[in-house]
Amino acid sequence: MISIRLNGTEEQFPDGSTLAEVVQHITSATQGIAVAVDAQVIRRTEWASTALRPGAQVDVLTAVQGG
Amino acid sequence: MIGDRQFNSRLIMGTGGAPSLEILRNALIASGTEMTTVAMRRVSADTHGSIFDLLRELKIDVLPNTAGCYTAGEAILTAQLAREALETSWIKLEVISNEETLLPDGLETVRAAEKLALDGFTVLAYTNDDPALGKRLQDVGCAAVMPLGAPIGSGLGIRNPHNIELMRSLLTVPMLLDAGIGTASDAALAMELGCDGVLLASAVTRAADPVGMAHAMRLAVESGLLAHNAGRIPKRWRAHASSPQSGLIGTDARESPEF
Repeated sequence: MISIRLNGTEEQFPDGSTLAEVVQHITSATQGIAVAVDAQVIRRTEWASTALRPGAQVDVLTAVQGG
Repeated sequence: MIGDRQFNSRLIMGTGGAPSLEILRNALIASGTEMTTVAMRRVSADTHGSIFDLLRELKIDVLPNTAGCYTAGEAILTAQLAREALETSWIKLEVISNEETLLPDGLETVRAAEKLALDGFTVLAYTNDDPALGKRLQDVGCAAVMPLGAPIGSGLGIRNPHNIELMRSLLTVPMLLDAGIGTASDAALAMELGCDGVLLASAVTRAADPVGMAHAMRLAVESGLLAHNAGRIPKRWRAHASSPQSGLIGTDARESPEF
């Protein structure tokens, strides 16, 4: 298992987990969301091919009411 | 006209602070807005989807903001995430200096605006009512400059109308009054001062009747623009009669009639 920081919380994922799997774990939405790994935006098309290193900081964002 | 887009409505309504999605929906319709702001936040069970779906249904364009960012770096990353999530390169750039006043940090805002404009973003920059700073933002490539009338959510109206008027006269890009609007007359004043549009949220979403206030704001922005274009009369210290001064009864005798 590897440990990553997902939206600010420590979470365990199986070795070799991809970013796509991690995103699916936190939301079922496929539209209207964006992902950053270690403060770098990862395009949607690259989620399935992006492997995660232990300790990676993953942020999954969406639009909310504001401003 | 902002960037490459022509708008019919000069009111941009924000979505923050609405008591429910249903009220927000009706207020957005009543405001006649064609573009509305949203914030970018980490997904959680209660935030997912809904606002995005609502704007799609109403066919209102989304204008993501960088609210809550304190540095150019944070604002740039938020803008990039918004572009990826919402498929728009438009961004309301907002870099604040502290939590208590939410006043803009001018230096960080200019820094972020320059990088975002170079990266192809259409930047609408929230700023202080400082004509020199507004000019800097225009020079680094902002598509619109958006000075505050008063602090965000304060409802204090336009505290320095002279600066807003001066700023408008010095800039060539569209200028929208952003933040501080409390009621319809504030929005009308912004337009009378020459602003090209108004951006507001709290004044509508936190009003006792948000839908009624949204309607009032739509009319105020329209009225203010019409009044600006029609040209107001100069202010005078003394009266200037609008009824004829000659032909009054009794003016021949120069005496009051007896009763």
